Amino acid sequence: MSQRNSLRTMPDENGHYGIFGGRFVAETLMPLILDLERAYEEVKKDEGFWKELDGWFKDYVGRPSPLYFAERLTEHFGGAKIYFKREELNHTGSHKINNTVAQVLLAKRMGKTRIIAETGAGQHGVATATVASRLDLPCIVYMGAKDIERQQPNVFRMRLLGAEVRPVTSGSHTLKDAMNEALRDWVTNVHDTFYVIGSVAGPHPYPAMVRDFQSVIGREAKLQILEKEGRLPDVLVAAVGGGSNAMGLFHPFLDDEVRLIAVEAAGDGIETGRHAAAMAAGTPGVLHGSRSYLLQDEDGQVIEPHSISAGLDYPGVGPEHSWLKDQGRLEIAPITDAETLEAFQLCGRLEGILPALECAHALAHVAKIAPGMDRDQIILLNLSGRGDKDIFAVAEHLGVKL
Amino acid sequence: MSERIRERFAALAAEGRAGLVTYLCAGDPDPETSLGLIKGLPGAGVDLIEIGMPFSDPMADGPAIQAGNLRAISAGMTLNGVLELVRRFRSEDQTTPVVLMGYYNPVHRMGKERFIAAAVEAGVDGLIMVDLPPEEDEEFCLPAKEAGLDFIRLATPTTDDRRLPVVLQNASGFIYYVSITGITGSAAPVADLVGQAVRRIKSATTLPVAVGFGIRTPEQAAAIARNADAAVVGSALVDLVAANLDQDGKAKPGLVEAVHGLVRELAAGVRGARA
Ligand SMILES: Cc1ncc(COP(=O)(O)O)c(C=O)c1O
Repeated sequence: MSQRNSLRTMPDENGHYGIFGGRFVAETLMPLILDLERAYEEVKKDEGFWKELDGWFKDYVGRPSPLYFAERLTEHFGGAKIYFKREELNHTGSHKINNTVAQVLLAKRMGKTRIIAETGAGQHGVATATVASRLDLPCIVYMGAKDIERQQPNVFRMRLLGAEVRPVTSGSHTLKDAMNEALRDWVTNVHDTFYVIGSVAGPHPYPAMVRDFQSVIGREAKLQILEKEGRLPDVLVAAVGGGSNAMGLFHPFLDDEVRLIAVEAAGDGIETGRHAAAMAAGTPGVLHGSRSYLLQDEDGQVIEPHSISAGLDYPGVGPEHSWLKDQGRLEIAPITDAETLEAFQLCGRLEGILPALECAHALAHVAKIAPGMDRDQIILLNLSGRGDKDIFAVAEHLGVKL
Repeated sequence: MSERIRERFAALAAEGRAGLVTYLCAGDPDPETSLGLIKGLPGAGVDLIEIGMPFSDPMADGPAIQAGNLRAISAGMTLNGVLELVRRFRSEDQTTPVVLMGYYNPVHRMGKERFIAAAVEAGVDGLIMVDLPPEEDEEFCLPAKEAGLDFIRLATPTTDDRRLPVVLQNASGFIYYVSITGITGSAAPVADLVGQAVRRIKSATTLPVAVGFGIRTPEQAAAIARNADAAVVGSALVDLVAANLDQDGKAKPGLVEAVHGLVRELAAGVRGARA
């Protein structure tokens, strides 16, 4: 593809991805967001920053994460070859740490002395608390009361790492409310605080910045698959909550002839209304600083989402995903709670890997498409996190008492 | 440009006193009680009425106003309902300025053109959109102003000298100075610092400056009114609504009178400030 038609040049200077994105925030935050944008533009050109980040990736996070041929699942489905990009092997057990290392390093450079974050599944909270501990910064994590309930292991991990976990009891007590509360904290503590957003969401420059930090996933995957197979995969599959693991994998492939499938949480089924599938069933709206697909009612009130997976239980999605969907570049696939539980167990039995419920959604979609594909075709799935945090929730759904 | 807002501030200046602006959330705790509350505000001494458009995720608001928003939504308030409320108020009061305050998503969902036309028709004078900074002016501020609505801009303690001209550029009606960094209902502002900030803003614009966030008592309102063109009170009134609900969240008898009682005290504080 020619440079002019590249899909990899977004956003524009105002943070817009077509009609999506932007900076829909309170005036109090605007100067901070502009500061952050300037700081990010600076480090983007600073080789020293990226070299430092690479060092952290290698020795602290454990990168590159392996690209693994899932042989038994491939045999089981009897179609395309299935590869896992094993982000679950990163330190703290998910892709989230790629972004938190980078953002906390940036916070240090900007002279900020206090870190805040929101978290759903707790993975972003753990990853932020981890890096904040290592770089000796106090860390406060906002987490919905309902998520605290279903992600107990991660709550305790954050506390062991020295972070303060603040339960959020407004709204639906989940991720969107935690993000509201983090924004309220930031508006209050403007001078010393850096808000580490955990996905490709929020006001500009966050969606672009988090994408750039997570793109290490796709860059590695591209080299690894070329080395193993001598060619690019046919399909990339990733689960989408806010969209960071998906965008991190997809972005380096946007201009290649590769199908990109974004798997959304369909909860009890799209038709029930109890789901978190913003792109499959939402309409454009403005929440948390940007315009994007959003689950909302006729009156523009945000609908409480539902998913078995706390990390996907979010009514919106990053603006670049919405743009890529409207460009026809992204395929959207909804996967239900029940399909996810099946994939979760299957992966454990056949590959000896318990995936996080988030990426178990992606695997459930692979289960649908792999059998219909040729044996020489390749599916590359982002295994964004490990499932240890989810065993209590899974046990409950399976009616098992631990 | 709204005549009602301009005339009201001109009249206040002629009287040599600051104005009282109150915030209540439309439909809180239910549409009829809310209408009664708002209709009685001018009689209780309010100079400019701010009406909240309820939203499920009011990011810049504290617990009191969050709860007020959710009560209104539960009681069936919609954006069309807000406009209907203004229409009914306007049928009896053609002089008190009404400003709608809220977040962009409900407006975006209705469609900005439809909303702007309906707001003008209902008798709305101005808009305060919390999550639309100057960077997004083409989206909504400019079309709203074109239709004759004032676009009231928030200035904050983080609005430094570099930022202030950007904030003022498309502002009209008045400037709303947010007296603290924080959410609604937080700690009280320090009157001296607020005075300095107001003077700084006034040296850069001819628009009146109202000050809000954290003002709860007649004394605090009076302290602000010494330096500003108006004092804005919200959370204290919304808290009083909440305090006058029964166990089922229904309005108790006396709710409207209680709120208007506090409004009268605040108005007295503001009126006596420069005496
Ligand atoms: C393992 C894992 N995968 C995916 C997600 C979803 O987030 P995103 O869509 O930003 O990758 C989460 C969020 O908590 C997660 O923990």
